[in-house]
Amino acid sequence: MIVRISGEGQYRLPDGDADRLNELDNRAVSAVEDGDETGFKELWSQMLELVASDGNGLDDDELLESDVILPPRDISFEEAKGEFSGDGLIPD
Amino acid sequence: MPGLAGRMSTVIKAKVSKMLDRAEDPGETLDYGYQKQVELLQNVKKGIADVVTSKKRLQMQSSKLEQQVVKLDTQARQALSQGNEELARTALERKTLAQTELQSLDTQIKELEAQQEQLTANEQKLRQKIEQFRTKKEVIKAQYSAAEAQVKISEAANGVGEQMADLGLAIQRAEDKTETMRARASAVEELEAAGTFDDLTQLGGGEDDIDRQLRELTSGAQVDDELAKMKAELGSGGGDSPALEEGDKEGSA
Repeated sequence: MIVRISGEGQYRLPDGDADRLNELDNRAVSAVEDGDETGFKELWSQMLELVASDGNGLDDDELLESDVILPPRDISFEEAKGEFSGDGLIPD
Repeated sequence: MPGLAGRMSTVIKAKVSKMLDRAEDPGETLDYGYQKQVELLQNVKKGIADVVTSKKRLQMQSSKLEQQVVKLDTQARQALSQGNEELARTALERKTLAQTELQSLDTQIKELEAQQEQLTANEQKLRQKIEQFRTKKEVIKAQYSAAEAQVKISEAANGVGEQMADLGLAIQRAEDKTETMRARASAVEELEAAGTFDDLTQLGGGEDDIDRQLRELTSGAQVDDELAKMKAELGSGGGDSPALEEGDKEGSA
């Protein structure tokens, strides 16, 4: 699967990571809904960590669409309210 | 992808596919798509230039605040040497506020500089992707049937479109941030300008609204400290600032 971190670039992750990412995404939505900023920050850093550890940057000559677009790394809790709502970044 | 980044790229993708559907001949579509990308790249460059302009404006505001800090410090000293402690205190309160604002502004300008570097790096990446698209389109034209080509084109064009949309979003975000900073800095400027310090006598009167606001915004302890220090320096506190002399002796020993 192809994941983009907004403002940074695209990464190729093993398809098996989709479930893990989706789980973190859903939990992040719950945290945002509960107004739990600390919880959200923790989950958000886990999502970024997953991309960093499992992902390989796409080459410049690969013109591909992303399966998931993650918001900018430095997203604020306020901004997160717009992104992590409903089904989250990854529709179930 | 209902997120902002997702929504944005969906909009761009829709535009791209509409554009791709228009031409009957895939070859023509490819050329048009490439042309469009080059055009949009110009917008991206303009967007980054706007961020740079905003940053420069903030830097100007920062140096204005710096001047204000110096000016208020001088005025506090003048007031104190004239024996007007209340006035000196007011000037120092304003100075503290200006200093606090200056620090936060400078931090944000540094952040903006880092963002600007990233935007420029991403523009370079986008330029490479567009260059790749140009190469790819010739390959697609030569190797694929019309139907196959259509699929390949969409894929490649959407990839470039997403990259472009994302950079557009990053530019927008940087712009929004500078707007917020600018508004804040202007508010402080106005607050200070409202109690014009050009004429010290104007501040002789009682406490006005601005002073009350300032008192709330600034730390009383910091102002007290500074006032005491200034008094010692001016020797207006009655003593001969012995601490300073001690320091001198030690320094020369």
